[in-house]
Amino acid sequence: MRKTFSIHGGVHPPENKHQSVRTPIRFAGIPSELTYPLSQHIGAPAEPIVAVGDRVLKGQKIAEAQGFVSVPIHASTSGEIIAIEARTVPHASGMSARCIVLKPDHEDRWIEHAGIADYTQEEPAALVKRIREAGIAGMGGAGFPSAVKLGIKPGTVIQTLIINGTECEPYITADDILMRERAEQIIEGVNILTHIIKPKETLIGVEDNKPEGIAALQKAAAGTRIEIVPFPTKYPSGGEKQLIQILTGKEVPSGKLPADIGVVCQNIGTATAIYRAIVHGEPLIQRITTVTGKAVDEPQNLEVLLGTPLHHVLATAGFQADKADRLIVGGPMMGFAMPHDAIPVVKTTNCVLAPTARELPPPPPAQACIRCGMCAEACPVSLLPQQMYWFAMAKNSDALQEHHLFDCIECGACSYVCPSSIPLVQYYRASKADIRLQEQEKRKADYSKQRYEARQARLQKLEDEKEAKRKARQQAAANQTSAPAANDAQAIIQAAVERTQAKKQTANDPAAAAIERAQAKRDGRAPTDDNPLETARLAVASTEKRLQTAREKLAQAEAEGSDKVDAFRTGVEKTEAKLSEARAALARLEHQTTSATPAASDDPVQAIIERAKAKRAGLADDEDPIAKLERLLASTEARLQATQEKIALAESEGSDKVDALKTGLEKLNEKHQQLTAELNTARASQTTEGQ
Amino acid sequence: MMLELFTQHPLLAATGALLLLGVGFGALLGFAAVKFHVEGNPISEQVNALLPQTQCGQCGYPGCKPYADAVAQGDEINKCVPGGQATVEAIADLLGVEPTALDAEEKPKQVAFIREDECIGCTKCIQACPVDAILGAAKHMHTVIVSECTGCDLCVEPCPVDCIEMRTIPQSLQTWTWTLPSPIPPEVIASDREHAA
Repeated sequence: MRKTFSIHGGVHPPENKHQSVRTPIRFAGIPSELTYPLSQHIGAPAEPIVAVGDRVLKGQKIAEAQGFVSVPIHASTSGEIIAIEARTVPHASGMSARCIVLKPDHEDRWIEHAGIADYTQEEPAALVKRIREAGIAGMGGAGFPSAVKLGIKPGTVIQTLIINGTECEPYITADDILMRERAEQIIEGVNILTHIIKPKETLIGVEDNKPEGIAALQKAAAGTRIEIVPFPTKYPSGGEKQLIQILTGKEVPSGKLPADIGVVCQNIGTATAIYRAIVHGEPLIQRITTVTGKAVDEPQNLEVLLGTPLHHVLATAGFQADKADRLIVGGPMMGFAMPHDAIPVVKTTNCVLAPTARELPPPPPAQACIRCGMCAEACPVSLLPQQMYWFAMAKNSDALQEHHLFDCIECGACSYVCPSSIPLVQYYRASKADIRLQEQEKRKADYSKQRYEARQARLQKLEDEKEAKRKARQQAAANQTSAPAANDAQAIIQAAVERTQAKKQTANDPAAAAIERAQAKRDGRAPTDDNPLETARLAVASTEKRLQTAREKLAQAEAEGSDKVDAFRTGVEKTEAKLSEARAALARLEHQTTSATPAASDDPVQAIIERAKAKRAGLADDEDPIAKLERLLASTEARLQATQEKIALAESEGSDKVDALKTGLEKLNEKHQQLTAELNTARASQTTEGQ
Repeated sequence: MMLELFTQHPLLAATGALLLLGVGFGALLGFAAVKFHVEGNPISEQVNALLPQTQCGQCGYPGCKPYADAVAQGDEINKCVPGGQATVEAIADLLGVEPTALDAEEKPKQVAFIREDECIGCTKCIQACPVDAILGAAKHMHTVIVSECTGCDLCVEPCPVDCIEMRTIPQSLQTWTWTLPSPIPPEVIASDREHAA
């Protein structure tokens, strides 16, 4: 017989377990409507993957797990989804939450499913995945996703696997009956768990008030390494950390998990569910629920489809509504009173208790704490409940945390023993929630501060950049106007003067000519002014000059960043328009003149007259023969090049004109050679003449 | 010579000694003040850490930090509306003063909500949000990132089409908490109460 250890405190409330184990497990049947709360487990609520009106089969997944700590939900019979809406859920708050509502078709058709014939050949990770997909969450009461517990961190050695068959809370016998009737399934499930986490030892802890269960388990476990460990009955031995302490003598440190000391704990019901999921491929769609209390005629254990409303379960067991004082889901110590009986059975519902007022009287009004210290004696975690009670009333969260409020397992032993009937656990629950809320708000405040500061920093950076740009512009403007700018200005003036002089020197400069002409006119000399061509030229020249000035001004304005830039730009545009007008006018006039007299040269009229005279004298080609030849040669070369380009293009396009173009090219080549020869001869003769 | 002067005039000696000590410790303090200089106001930092950082300006200051500075300078501690009475008490605890009643009515937690059909995409609310909790671009619909929103309601005012409203966060199973039991009236014992009722 294995040595067991004892935990501090604990209570011995009346067990009331015998009433519900007199008959074997019975199937509760298919109700007229099934409700699946999306949050039946600890962690993120599942997300529906069916729509209203969809037909689903038994075992079909209807909601998908969201995130790591979450499990999917499956339909427990075939039927039609008739609603996805808020319904009252089995929760201490009595609040509503999103549920999927299924109307069964009573055909109970299974979806195709298959188990694994030999799980020992499977990788543990694959089995854990299957367990997760089967939607298995701890069935002892808390509903922690089993796959998360089984996902052992690499490197962690699990010394002990503990299977929790304690069931310490009064009235509840769901695990007891499971042990009595389905011990083989439990052992098989435990074998699967052993294969997954490979512990050094596997223990099934059972309180000694279930001798039949222990015997059945021992019989089923014969020949395996699984050890059944009975230990004295005491509430709350079934708490995970308490059971670990009882079986191994090791205490899970405050704020740590069992895995940190090399222990994994699973419930007996969970082991059975794992067996069904792995060997038969069935997801978690039903569970065993104890229906008991004096308001029930036949207290018993029922195999209930998940989602079945409480009234259906109660009716199956012969419920006397008028006798019942309350309706409790869970046991008398940790369960919650439900507001009505349309609440569904979920994965964690191990008991439905319908006591009479006499059986479980409502707690008498609380009286003042007399500091008797009985709560401290009863506390299984060795806390100081009465101290925490005072701190909770004073909302002194620091002192509460110093007294290890978060190690409280909310078992209710302190409230049970309190002679003043103070609902101590409620104080701790409220205080825990309050502290968590404060921490959450603190985190949110820190986060908001961080975001606010990031925003401020960003805005500041933008502002700084703008400022830097403005400064740079200012600097640039200052550079142009101040000290060095004076030199620049002089240079500009100098350049302008030079340009003007250069223009004056070039006789063909129309503006200078115009000025000269204007001066001459004033002197009453040259009447050349009457020539409209000259006037047009003058207009073009003066507009060009104005345009140049305007452009200079614009450039300066732009460099300074002056607000007159736009005005200057408009000016430049207008001047440009005028210039093009003037040029057009000039071109028109020139054309008219040219049609009258060909080729206007530097002093056009003069040249024309001269050329006309020469023509008349039959000396039209008096032009320098070498220059003429050179011109012809240049034009021939240009044509030659163009033709070559055309050929290349035609070749690349594969055109049929290539040949014709090539002939043209040859002709041009000949001409070119001829012209080159002539030019050479002409040059030679000129040189001879010069000598 | 000097020694003789001091022994013969104890008053002078005492004055001299005190003077010397004064100069010595003065120099030490001066050095410490420079060497161990604390940047910013530590009290105001601590107060700021207690404020909810909504940057809402309901206290009359342009943000949480300025209000924390003002509190450190002796302003009233009961002006933080989103922080509520809990914040007043926390600041009172920190500063060692008596907590006063909150300067306004406590409101439940809220978040901004943009009626997206009505949004014209003017980006005015985006510019107003102190924590960048509104997403959107010019001429495109904006929306509030609920997890980032502090419920400061600074975005409500600038909206030209009044499409932003403040919504109280509904309680869910995840946010539901136990409440403290109603306190025990000490003067009534159980049997008396039954008679009274």
